[in-house]
Amino acid sequence: MKSAVVLFPGINRQRDMMMALEAGTGIVPLSIWHTETELPDVDLIVIPGGFSYGDYLRCGAIAGRSPVMAEIIRAAKRGVKVLGVCNGFQILVETELLPGALMRNAHLKFVCREVRLRIENNTTFFTSSLNKGDVVSCPVAHGDGNYFASDDKLKQLEDEGRVVFRYVEGTNPNGAVNDIAGVVNRQGNVIGLMPHPENMIEAMHGRTDCWPLFEGLAAA
Amino acid sequence: MPTMKARVKVTLKNGVLDPQGKAIEHALDSLGFDGVSGVRQGRYFELDVDAGDKAAAETSVTAMCDKLLANTVIENYEIEVS
Repeated sequence: MKSAVVLFPGINRQRDMMMALEAGTGIVPLSIWHTETELPDVDLIVIPGGFSYGDYLRCGAIAGRSPVMAEIIRAAKRGVKVLGVCNGFQILVETELLPGALMRNAHLKFVCREVRLRIENNTTFFTSSLNKGDVVSCPVAHGDGNYFASDDKLKQLEDEGRVVFRYVEGTNPNGAVNDIAGVVNRQGNVIGLMPHPENMIEAMHGRTDCWPLFEGLAAA
Repeated sequence: MPTMKARVKVTLKNGVLDPQGKAIEHALDSLGFDGVSGVRQGRYFELDVDAGDKAAAETSVTAMCDKLLANTVIENYEIEVS
């Protein structure tokens, strides 16, 4: 699988993501600068974490309206896979490629720690190497990860099995509704999550719980 | 084309929890302001807009709100042009 990582001013987790993608897919990912209006021919576009445009207005709001995102929206509609992590997830909900909104953490504090994530849907391109119900440790680092969706939208997400990652009860770090940590679009090719699985894949990270997510990309 | 002043108020929709508003409410309480409840935090923008007339300015600012200034999943907006 060929992949590319999108770079916005203020993004800071791209190196970790690129290393994880290279390790998982065996191919060095390309990088896409935010002003580009032509995308390289890749199977997967990843929007990494960070603080694009200093989180001005709302997290991900400005990046979501940048030239490259218009192209990424078009690519996603064609079926190109898109993964957003942390700020990348915030950008994807701002573009409405994913439903809902990510609000300020309920306790108003930036949270940087490990959580436990349950795999709720293992039929996606990012979770196919794990089993439904598997629980992995994963770090989070965000101030605005409090997932919100209207009651109707929430019911739809749950009924359609589109919650991919859920915080294990008692580890919800931000007040997200239904303990939602990550969701997938209806087509199944756009996934966003607040935690940072790219930071739990090698021995030096303390655990390798999230390695199967990246390992599985090679076959996806 | 005349330049008009647009004022935009963005507020959270009813039913969307506002932890920042709650924290402000607690702070007001701790400062001794009794009887304060229902504090909700919002955003306020002022824009100078070139437009043919007031209606055109309102149409233009409405599009700005829908596309950028507000997240209509969680927020409402009010526009005033003068």
